[in-house]
Amino acid sequence: MSLEFVWFIFLPILAAIIVPFLFRAIKNIHTGWFVLIVPVVLFIYYARFVKGILNGEVHISELPWIPSLDISFTAYMDGLSILFSLLITGIGALVVLYSIFYLDKQREKLNNFYVYLLMFMTAMLGIVQSDNTISLYLFWELTSISSFLLIGYWFTRDRSRFGALKSMMITVFGGLMMLGGLVLLSIMGDSYSIRELIANSSSIVGHDYFTLAIVLILLGAFTKSAQFPFYIWLPDAMEAPTPVSAYLHSATMVKAGLYLVARFTPVFATSELWIWLVTGIGLLTLFWGSFFAVKQTDLKAILAFSTVSQLGLIMSLLGASAVAYHVTGEQAAIFKVAAFAAIFHLINHAMFKGSLFMVAGIVDHETGTRDIRKLGGLMSIMPVSFTVAFIGSMSMAGLPPFGGFLSKELFLTSMLSLREFNLFNFDTWGIVFPVIAWIASIFTFVYSFYFVFKTFTGKRKDHELPKKPHEAPLGMLLSPIILAITVVVIFFIPNMVGKAFVNPAVVAMQTGIYTHPGDVGIQVSAWHGWLAPEFLMTLGVIAVGALLFLTMARWQKLYDIQPQYLTLNTLYDSLMIFGETGMNRLSRFYMTGLIRTYFIYMFTFIVTITTGALFIQDAFAVDMNSFSPVNAYGLMTAIILIIAICMVLFAKTRLTAIIALGGVGYSVALFFVIFKAPDLALTQLVIETVSVALFLLAFRYLPSLKSHGETKKIRVGNLLIAAAVGVTMTLIALSAHSQKLIPSISQYYKDTVFTEAAGGNIVNVILVDYRGFDTLFEIAVLGIAAIGVYSMIKLRLSRKEKSDESE
Amino acid sequence: MKANDVILQTATKVVFFIIFLFSIHIFFAGHFAPGGGFVGGLLTTAAIVLLLLAFDLKTVQQALPFNFMIVVAIGLVLAIGMGAGSFVFNVPFLTHAFGDFYLPLFGVTSLHTAMIFDAGVYLVVVGSTVTMIQSIGGES
Repeated sequence: MSLEFVWFIFLPILAAIIVPFLFRAIKNIHTGWFVLIVPVVLFIYYARFVKGILNGEVHISELPWIPSLDISFTAYMDGLSILFSLLITGIGALVVLYSIFYLDKQREKLNNFYVYLLMFMTAMLGIVQSDNTISLYLFWELTSISSFLLIGYWFTRDRSRFGALKSMMITVFGGLMMLGGLVLLSIMGDSYSIRELIANSSSIVGHDYFTLAIVLILLGAFTKSAQFPFYIWLPDAMEAPTPVSAYLHSATMVKAGLYLVARFTPVFATSELWIWLVTGIGLLTLFWGSFFAVKQTDLKAILAFSTVSQLGLIMSLLGASAVAYHVTGEQAAIFKVAAFAAIFHLINHAMFKGSLFMVAGIVDHETGTRDIRKLGGLMSIMPVSFTVAFIGSMSMAGLPPFGGFLSKELFLTSMLSLREFNLFNFDTWGIVFPVIAWIASIFTFVYSFYFVFKTFTGKRKDHELPKKPHEAPLGMLLSPIILAITVVVIFFIPNMVGKAFVNPAVVAMQTGIYTHPGDVGIQVSAWHGWLAPEFLMTLGVIAVGALLFLTMARWQKLYDIQPQYLTLNTLYDSLMIFGETGMNRLSRFYMTGLIRTYFIYMFTFIVTITTGALFIQDAFAVDMNSFSPVNAYGLMTAIILIIAICMVLFAKTRLTAIIALGGVGYSVALFFVIFKAPDLALTQLVIETVSVALFLLAFRYLPSLKSHGETKKIRVGNLLIAAAVGVTMTLIALSAHSQKLIPSISQYYKDTVFTEAAGGNIVNVILVDYRGFDTLFEIAVLGIAAIGVYSMIKLRLSRKEKSDESE
Repeated sequence: MKANDVILQTATKVVFFIIFLFSIHIFFAGHFAPGGGFVGGLLTTAAIVLLLLAFDLKTVQQALPFNFMIVVAIGLVLAIGMGAGSFVFNVPFLTHAFGDFYLPLFGVTSLHTAMIFDAGVYLVVVGSTVTMIQSIGGES
């Protein structure tokens, strides 16, 4: 392994750069053939790791990204990563092969398709190999984005866009929650590296954030892996092209959540909450998905719900596998089965679900419809597709001699073993788990039969089909055939598969229990003996399932009992509508567009915050000693000022108001005189004169005052706010005056005004010398104001002139 | 327009110069006595406003044929140039210098670079206010 293998994660996305050029330059060869090289090369490359990892090796390869923040692309290759990497590249290769025959090279925008697909491949490889939580999150969001693009591939269709948006909303929601969880985790474990977090797990357990981190990370995993109640995006994502559904929504992306749970099991397994949540939600999803799969009429929708259900199954097994951390000794052996079963079923599911999606795509492609009510009797026309579908469905139903049977047996074993566990109230509730699992298995059986037999057997309904059905070309069949063969092969050599792929993955999942893949001494056997509970349960599943399948027409009406408005989809839709209209209404409620309203907000906040701060800090103080004595001039000027202000407020005409305002200005100038500020008094006098002149200039163009009419309405609210602002400012002024914490610096100016600045007028010297910088910008402001006034008036005139010309 | 404003116009002709001289006085006195560029500028404006009141806009524009926007620009350039000039002597922006110099007509006079800065202020104030009044008044 000379070249660092972290680079290989980026191979697909780098290849994606040249795809559009290939698509434009080489018209007569399907672009998919070039793309096919990438996953095949990667598959072969990753396959070379298997032997070493089997011997307990792990590989780490690091590509620094932001070293100062300890963030890097670290690829960590252990049993779990290699298994997922092989699934991603292997099924990726098959899906690309399938898509070459599925997508037409003339009609479809293949450049887009393969770019998105390759982007997705990089993202998935990144997720499963990342050791750094931040780069894990980066790749996680990249899968959301590329999956969004792939679902919306036929973007001219409404349903595609809806499905893409829905999956985006839900998975990105989960992704962000997960980011929160990962950040908390890195705070607790003091590292971004997952390996180090696992090593530090003892310090993480019992930390304040521990529970929160569990919930957040599980939210991420549950949304991505379509667990209850977040599964609703998956059926809508079926608007994507079938290769996408087969790849993303059966084999890879939806398993990212499972990967996450498996990866973090060593960190969280000691938590009761973790076991309950993962197992409980998993089982609920298993039951829910299998129950509602029978209701569907669209082939891909059946498969979508079945995927949801199978993901729930694996999730519950992952939860059960965490139990192994709590038991020791003799008992431990039986709980270790769960981890093995989870990984084993994960492999099986990827195989048979991939093939089933491909068959659904073939049926759609060759008949023109996926509606199961219009299909039937295709067995004799499409024998190969039927065979593949049959193998896939039987494996899904858990019947021998297919891989699914073995994993279902292991599943039942694990669920039964939960009864033995006597921590966390499991001894009282333990019996519920196998019962739910058993019922869900029955429904799984029913929908598997429903899928294959309603499509391929029964009466032919050729008149209802848009196309005349015929068998698919060999190229399209090749991928599902390969997958179907694998499904059968797994049944006959389960222990080889277990040894090569499952055991290393189990070791990665349960570090601390095992140290070497050879330690996992679990043997899969197809045969448990006549009286083994697993065998009896399977018999029961077959018997009840067959009965239910045969009487399906009678009880399928049960599904109509649930009204449309009580479904989770309606909940999602109304949430979206509420978000849009509710926010709209909210912003329309407070953004009135009236400046008066905004002033009310601003003043209210100023009053609340300042008086609040004043009283919370206990900062209010009145120190009578610091007050100067009041003289008669001051008192008189104050009275004049107050009279003038009242005149402004209650004036009935504008002219009165303007003149009263002038009165206010001049009395302020008087105050400046009284308080010995000659410069200010001078300036105030002149500026008041000039501004009154300006007011008078503008006065005659203004409309007459409406609110200053005869019946003047006093708005109580405005009065209150104005009074409150006044009182607040008075209080602050009093407090500020009464508590001078540091002496004024004015003494310095007095001392140095002549020696340093050669001046006698402190005010002017401060203005032009000590603080000339402020003055510079004040005159700039004045200049800008003049230019503003000038341009506003002149531009308005020129526009008027222009409109005159045009008339 | 204004038919019978003889008294006002005659008085204005005298008073204008008195106000103008007062503004100049106040401008120069600013460093030691109350006053300075700002008040001086405003007083000059007040003088011009008086002209505007007594005569009409066109007459005033003919009498004072300046573009007052350019006056604003000159004032700003003066103020900033004065500040930037300190860089030549390797001292911080807006550092003033002063000293006593012998001038031909005035004899020994105390000169201060703050005066140049204040002249900038003066010009900006005059330019801005007159521009505003002319634009608003000119619209009618």
